[in-house]
Amino acid sequence: MRIRFSWILLALTLAASAADRVSVVTTTEDLAAIAREVGGDHVAVNAIARGYQDPHFVEPKPSFLLNLQRADLLILVGLQLETGWLHALINQSRNKRIQVGAGGYLDVSSAAEILEVATGPVTRAGGDVHPLGNPHYWLDPENGRRIARAIAQRLSQLQPNDAGYFSQRFAEFDRRLRDAEKRWDAAMAPYRGRRVVTYHRSWPNFVRRFGLDVVDYVEPKPGIPPTPSHTLKLIQRIKAENIKVILVEPYFDLRTPESIARQTGAEMVILLPSVGGVKEVKDYFQLFDYNVTLLAGVFARVK
Amino acid sequence: MRVVAAMIGILFLLPGHIRGQDVSELLARMKSMEARIQTLEAEVRALRGKPEAPAPLTASTDPQVRSAEPLPGVQLAPGPQLPYYGGQAAAAKIFNPDLSVIGTFLGAAGNPRVRPGPSFQMRETEVALQAIVDPYARADFFLSFGHQGVELEEGYLTFPALPGGFQAKAGKMRAAFGRVNTMHLDTLPWTDRPLVTQNLLGGEEGISDAGLAVSRILPAPGGVFLEGAGQFYRLFGSERRSDVLAVGRLRGFRDVSESTNVDLGFSFGHGSSPEVPSPALRLYGMDATVRWKPLRRAIYRSFIGRTELVWARAAQPEETARAFGYYVSGEYQFGRRWSAGARFDRSERYERLLRDTGGSLLLTYRPSEFSQLRGQLRRTRYGERVTANELLFQLQFSLGVHGAHPF
Repeated sequence: MRIRFSWILLALTLAASAADRVSVVTTTEDLAAIAREVGGDHVAVNAIARGYQDPHFVEPKPSFLLNLQRADLLILVGLQLETGWLHALINQSRNKRIQVGAGGYLDVSSAAEILEVATGPVTRAGGDVHPLGNPHYWLDPENGRRIARAIAQRLSQLQPNDAGYFSQRFAEFDRRLRDAEKRWDAAMAPYRGRRVVTYHRSWPNFVRRFGLDVVDYVEPKPGIPPTPSHTLKLIQRIKAENIKVILVEPYFDLRTPESIARQTGAEMVILLPSVGGVKEVKDYFQLFDYNVTLLAGVFARVK
Repeated sequence: MRVVAAMIGILFLLPGHIRGQDVSELLARMKSMEARIQTLEAEVRALRGKPEAPAPLTASTDPQVRSAEPLPGVQLAPGPQLPYYGGQAAAAKIFNPDLSVIGTFLGAAGNPRVRPGPSFQMRETEVALQAIVDPYARADFFLSFGHQGVELEEGYLTFPALPGGFQAKAGKMRAAFGRVNTMHLDTLPWTDRPLVTQNLLGGEEGISDAGLAVSRILPAPGGVFLEGAGQFYRLFGSERRSDVLAVGRLRGFRDVSESTNVDLGFSFGHGSSPEVPSPALRLYGMDATVRWKPLRRAIYRSFIGRTELVWARAAQPEETARAFGYYVSGEYQFGRRWSAGARFDRSERYERLLRDTGGSLLLTYRPSEFSQLRGQLRRTRYGERVTANELLFQLQFSLGVHGAHPF
C-alpha cells in the first residue's frame, strides 16, 4: 500500500513538474537548440522543421497542431522563411497565446543583425527573394547570442518566477559561446579571404563572420533550380578564377554541384545550415564545430 | 561620547592597519569585484529589458544590413525602407490586407460530347484578400472572376481561438465535406474536378454557400490528430429559411513515419426542405489520403494518393434518387519541377441514374513556386453511351502573397 502511494506521489510530482515547464515550439532545430540552452529543464521544446530539411518548404501537417495547440511560446525565424506554411498552422492551432502579436509569438529576426535587406525595387523576377533580408542569420554566433537573449527575455516575461534561472542560463550560454568563438575564429583565421561558390544564398552571415568571399551561386537566382546555361557560365568562372570550394546544403540535389566539381577540379562540401543536419550535430555549438572543422580541413587541403 | 571617541580611535588606527596589508593587491581585488558586479548588473538589466551599458556590437552602416542595435530593451532602429508609392499617406497601407491574384488559363481540344466548353478560356482569376481583423478574428475573401462574371467564392470571418479549443467561421465557405470540395481551383491536382463532385456534390461550384462552422481538435491516443467539425449552410442557394444543409466531418491524421502519413475522413451531409419528403438530401462520404515525402529530398520527390467515395440520396417531389460515386488518384513528383499523375473516376447521376466513367493522365511542370503548366489527357464514357476524348492544357500563375489554404 505504501509502495503504491509512493508511485502515485511520484506520478503527481512528475505531472506537476511537466505542467510548470514552458511549452515551446520553434520552426527550426537551430532555434530549438538555442531555446534549450537558455530554457534548460524549465522548458519543453519541439521543432517543426528537421535540420536536414529545406525550411522554405515544409508540409504543414495536422500533426504539428498537436504541439502548437498547447504551446506557450512559438519562436520563428521570420523574414518570410516560413511564409508558405507557418501561418496556416498558426491559424488552425486554436491557441490564442501564439497568434501573431500575442505574448507567445516571438519572431527572433527582430533581435538579430540581418544582411541583404532589399534597398531597391523588388520583384519576383529576382527569384524567391526575401525583401526583408536574408533569413539564414542564425549562422553567425553573434546572432546566436542575440537570439538567445531575446528568448531568455521572453521566457522571463512568460514565467517571471524563473527569470533568475533563465538569466543564469543565458549568462552561461554567453560564456560558453565566447570561448567557442575564440576557437572557431582561430581555426578559420588562416583562411580569411578564401573564395567559394555556394548552392543557395544560405551563408551570408557565416561567410561574413569568418571572412570568406562568395563569388557565385549554383542557383541562377534564389529558389530557381540550376539551368544548363548558368551552369556552363559558372564552370567557366570557377576555372578562370581558380575557385576551389563549392558549398552545398544537405537537402539539395548533388548532381549539378558534383558535375561542376568534376569539371573544374573544385571540391564539393556539404555544409550544414542547421542543427540536426547530420545525426551527430545535436546543438548550436556542435553545428559550428562541425562546419568549422570541415571547412578548415578542406581549405588546408585545397590551398 | 564613548562611541565618538572609539570611532576617532579607529580612524587613527586604520591607516596603520591598512599599511600593514598589500594595498595594491586589495585595490586589484576591489576593481575585479567591481567589474564583476557591473557585468552581472548588465546581464540582469538585459534580461529585464533595460538598456545594457556596454554595447558589444556596433550598428552597420551598410544599407543592406539591418542591425538590431541598440541592444535589447531599446526600440530597434527601423531598417532601410522600401519606397512608398503615393506619399506619406501610403504608410496607412500597412493595414491593408495581403493581396494576391491567381490566374488560371485553360485550353481544350477534342470533342467534349455531353459537357461542352470553349477551346480557350480564362477559366478563373482568383483575387484573395486576407488580413487579421482585430485581436479576436481574421478574415479571408476569395473573389472569383470567370467568363460568367464575378462571384464571391469564399468570404468568411474566422475566430481562430475560442474558449474550449473551438474555432468558428461565419460567411460564405466551401463545406468540409470530403477533401476536394474544400479545394480551390489553384490547389487541385488536376485541371478539373472529378465526376463525383460534378454529379453529386453541387457541380463545378461544389457545396459552397453562406453558413456557420465550428471545429475542434479532439483528444486521441497515439499521436493521432483528430478533428471534428460541424457546419450549417443555406441549402444550394435556397431563399427559404427552412432550407438548411448540415455538414459534419470527422478527420484523423497520423504520421506513419517521418516521410509518410495517412489522412482519413468521414463526412455527412443532411439537407432539409419542406417541399420534399424529409430529408431532401443525405450525403455520406469517406476519403483517404496517403502522402510520402522524404524530408531530405522533399523538394524533389513526393507521392500523394487520394480517394474519395460519396453515397447520396436526394428526395425529389416524385421519387427518391440514390447515387454513388468515387475517384482514385495518384500524383508522383519525380523532379524539382516535374510531376505526373493519373485519376480514375466513376459516378452515377441523380437525374436518370446514369453512370459516367472517366480516366485521366496528367503531367505538370512548375517553372517556379509561382507558375505552373499542366496537361491532362481525359477520356470520359458518359452514361448516354458516348465517349469524349479531350486534351486539356492549363496555365496557372500567381502574383502577390497568397496565404496557404487550410489543409
